[in-house]
Amino acid sequence: GALGLVRGAGVVVSPPPNPQSGLPGGGDVAVPHGAPCPQWPYCRKRCSYCNFNKYVVPVVDEAAVGSCLVREARTLLRLSRVQSVTSVFFGGGTPSLASPGTVAAVLEAIAGAAHLPADAEVTLEANPSSASPQRLQGFRAAGVNRLSIGVQSLDDAELRLLGREHTAAEARGAVEAARGLFPGRTSIDLIFGLPGQSRDAWSRGLEAALGLCDDHLSLYQLTLERGTALAAQVFGGNLPTPPQDLVADMYHIACAALLSAGFRHYEVSNFARKGALSTHNLSYWRAEQYIGVGPGAHGRFVPWGEGGCRREARVQTLEPDAWMREVQSRGHGTRRRTVLSPLEQLEEVLALGLRTDEGVPHERWGRFSPHLSLEAVFGAPGEAAELQQQGWLVLDGGGLRCRREGLALLDSLLPGLLCQLQRGWARAAAAAHGDGTPGRISTGDGGEAAPGIAGAVSGGSGE
Amino acid sequence: MTLAGRTAAWWARLRSPRLPATPLCLPPWLPTGPAACERPYSSHGKEKLDMSTYPVESIRNFSIIAHVDHGKSTLADRLLEITGTIAKTDHNKQVLDKLQVERERGITVKAQSASLFYNYEGVNYLLNLIDTPGHVDFSYEVSRSLSACQGVILVVDANEGIQAQTVANFYLAFEAQLAIIPVINKIDLKNADPERVEKQIEKLFDIPVDECVRISAKKGTNVETVLQKVIEKIPPPQCNTADPLKALVFDSTFDHYRGVVANIALFGGEIQKGHKIVSAHTKKRYEVNEVGILTPNEQPTHKLYAGQVGYVIAGMKEVTEAQIGDTLFLYKQPVEPLPGFKSAKPMVFAGMYPVDQTEYNNLKSALERLTLNDSSVTVHRDSSLALGAGWRLGFLGLLHMEVFNQRLEQEYNMSVILTAPTVPYKAVLSSAKLIKEYGKAEITIINPAQFPDKLSVSEYLEPTVLGTIVTPQEYIGKIIVLCQDRRAVQKDMVYIDEHRVMLKYLFPLNEIVVDFYDTLKSLSSGYASFDYEDAGYQAADLIKMDILLNGNPVEELATIIHKDKAYAAGKFLCERLKDAIPRQLFEIAIQAAIGKKIIARETLKAYRKNVVAKCYGGDITRRMKLLKRQAEGKKLMRKIGNVEVPRDAFIRVLKRQTDK
Repeated sequence: GALGLVRGAGVVVSPPPNPQSGLPGGGDVAVPHGAPCPQWPYCRKRCSYCNFNKYVVPVVDEAAVGSCLVREARTLLRLSRVQSVTSVFFGGGTPSLASPGTVAAVLEAIAGAAHLPADAEVTLEANPSSASPQRLQGFRAAGVNRLSIGVQSLDDAELRLLGREHTAAEARGAVEAARGLFPGRTSIDLIFGLPGQSRDAWSRGLEAALGLCDDHLSLYQLTLERGTALAAQVFGGNLPTPPQDLVADMYHIACAALLSAGFRHYEVSNFARKGALSTHNLSYWRAEQYIGVGPGAHGRFVPWGEGGCRREARVQTLEPDAWMREVQSRGHGTRRRTVLSPLEQLEEVLALGLRTDEGVPHERWGRFSPHLSLEAVFGAPGEAAELQQQGWLVLDGGGLRCRREGLALLDSLLPGLLCQLQRGWARAAAAAHGDGTPGRISTGDGGEAAPGIAGAVSGGSGE
Repeated sequence: MTLAGRTAAWWARLRSPRLPATPLCLPPWLPTGPAACERPYSSHGKEKLDMSTYPVESIRNFSIIAHVDHGKSTLADRLLEITGTIAKTDHNKQVLDKLQVERERGITVKAQSASLFYNYEGVNYLLNLIDTPGHVDFSYEVSRSLSACQGVILVVDANEGIQAQTVANFYLAFEAQLAIIPVINKIDLKNADPERVEKQIEKLFDIPVDECVRISAKKGTNVETVLQKVIEKIPPPQCNTADPLKALVFDSTFDHYRGVVANIALFGGEIQKGHKIVSAHTKKRYEVNEVGILTPNEQPTHKLYAGQVGYVIAGMKEVTEAQIGDTLFLYKQPVEPLPGFKSAKPMVFAGMYPVDQTEYNNLKSALERLTLNDSSVTVHRDSSLALGAGWRLGFLGLLHMEVFNQRLEQEYNMSVILTAPTVPYKAVLSSAKLIKEYGKAEITIINPAQFPDKLSVSEYLEPTVLGTIVTPQEYIGKIIVLCQDRRAVQKDMVYIDEHRVMLKYLFPLNEIVVDFYDTLKSLSSGYASFDYEDAGYQAADLIKMDILLNGNPVEELATIIHKDKAYAAGKFLCERLKDAIPRQLFEIAIQAAIGKKIIARETLKAYRKNVVAKCYGGDITRRMKLLKRQAEGKKLMRKIGNVEVPRDAFIRVLKRQTDK
């Protein structure tokens, strides 16, 4: 990730339940929450595996980009009527390339447009090569209270293969500096399943990372994205394809190692101990509101301020110069708005929630679907029951969630569960009034509620 | 084009929906297809011909027979030009091949006829050329055409010499006791060796060397001589106009405006508009609306007389009313019917299903219309759990199947799924219960799903063919090995000259149906030729091989196979299937089984990790789109037990089987 409230930048707006609200969708209070995710779209160098929306330019007009981020954050927060911000995430690009002053300005704008509690999580993605102690200090002074460092590997050869511009030693230095400044709130990213990487090499890397890390780790299996240099080398036969079974072994080895080091495996790729979970990223998996700010940033929120009453999927203009022109002329650079139907919202609740160890609790489901319970959809004979019997899934008093074994296979579970959801939805709709939506859900703003829920602002692609 | 190339192309077509070669922009109520389009106006605007000036003595009815590519259609074009039947231009290529598929492939599928007028030594002759199909699959049509003839022109390529089909066609004509005029074509080619070919003809067919006519149909060299030989050597038909009407139906087509157009040869009497006629086969009565000759388009005449060949339109609504081989006579003047033909016997069966079940009715109507003009295709309704409702079609051979499929695509814009072809096996039942159920002791099995268990069968029978192979001698060794591998028994081996050998083998039909011809061609660098004829049934050690996924049989992959071949075929299918089925949550055993005995096994391991690593704010939209597509795809999966198989997996497996 990079500086800037770009991709994934956003305000997460998490709607606390409010039993008094008579509003459809489970009723949230008069204080909408949001999570802004500001994106900094620029990088110094293109990594060989990365297909994010990012730009490598000789000179960045930081003042202009910064003022546009400020302006767009204000505009979108106003549109969303978010009153309280639960978290802010600066993603990218490489947001640690931005100056602390820019980060401070964006945070001030957010605090000016909505309530930003002093203890709200404010994360910045940092690359080891732009994470000197001085810079990190500056970011802390600007209001950042959590750091996510793109270490990726602690082996120089692997770092070269990934096209990273830092060495393992630099990464160590950055992590140590960050831990000093953000104790208990420093996260590191690692990638496994590289072409040619052995089981032993991964075990060694993992051991080294455990010796270095703080209380949060993200372990990502390498995804060979089309259009990247690394994928071209593998598909062209110049690098070996990582064998499926070996990569699975690496994942299971890592899960076991982290578990015994006291970490909670709280999401497919994320591990935390001492409660150091990423509040901001949890808001994605809990299908809360978030506001994307910056080029290519994505958001999910109800634009109450524009008269909207349903959750929308929003994407900001990708290309930074075009995005800036739009922000300058109309206050924001929203390129695409898609209203999410109640069923689509439920599909997201399901597909995202099951990535976490808490799964989809009844309460959350009920907020999005007051008339068709989790039990009604997945308790009947069908896909979920079969998967439960096979030991991949659990539906109980807590809700629907994956067992440990099932989590690693989630993408094989989801298509069947989505089929079952779609069938259940259609059945309920037919029973209710034969027109397409079950019960009163037709007003359909799922979890969001009235104007005034809190939110999270994030920038960047998540951790 | 080799059969191999065609087979590959055919399977390729199965998989990809394609644009129609010719956009069908006609309104739906108009007939479609080239045959139908060329005809509508032929009966208007022309003066009716008086055919009484052609008495029996001045009529010759003949066919041209040849191995594929030896120049049959080119010779026909020249004969039509010389006699002024068609204008002489550079564009006359395969004039009698009207179907798009015929012109594209350079083959004749549907026999056409043409009446030629020719003055020789002061006498006006009527020469009826009855064209014949040029492929082994259509030998049934050849014999049907020959029954209306008194002689044939046997065309042999001066370079290639006698080929397998030359032999087969010669015997068809010889057994029908027809006069045979051997013609050596393509003498203009650089490598032409007419002398060698004349010697082959003498050796194999016992025809003196000096009776052969050397021509170049392409350049027109000596083609007049051929016409003169037709008049001199082929006898006029033996019949009398004074006799009662006796007309043989030797072909029929369907015209959407006028109903059935029956091609007839008059073996006695005369026929004209207004006559009341009766079909000896159906006993149905009709009134004649129109008679005429084919030039090659329909040309109405006042009458047709004994010995002549032409067409009749008499209000028949369905092609089945004009049964090939049927005899027509005048109402209240019955005659002894002519010996009819054996009806076409399908050699290859395959299931045909719409790619999408919503297309069922469209496909049904396309099939109905196409079979109107191709009565040799048999159609039975069928259904498969995996493929839905469809049909089981019987074809004369694999090429026939391909051509039929191609016509469906070209003329009706239909894309279909064809299952693996199978031959018609038989079983002699021993179980009284089954005999009662079927109402007979010997049943024909055209669908492996209906293969009766060994316990209730006293004997299984498989169809056989007598195959003729003509090859340069250097390939004999390889060809003999190939034939043995195909369970064939050698019946004859003759040197037809110093370099060429003719082999005769009795083959089980299923061994040659899919890829024998391709293999033969490739191991002989294209030089060996092959033809076959029906040779009845023989007892065979047949078994049904099931393919199991985690113990559950896959109905559409069940195969009837000879016991000796089961092991290799089973192993092959399992291996292919392993590549075609995606990994799932559990291990999948892919097995080939005979009864309860497993003869081959592959294991598809379970997924151990399948979850995308990153799913944050910016990834969600893309992720959901993919998941929903997978959910949609899941609905289309064929479920066998708990194993999910993509619908195209079986076709992919079968396709590669033909590619091996």
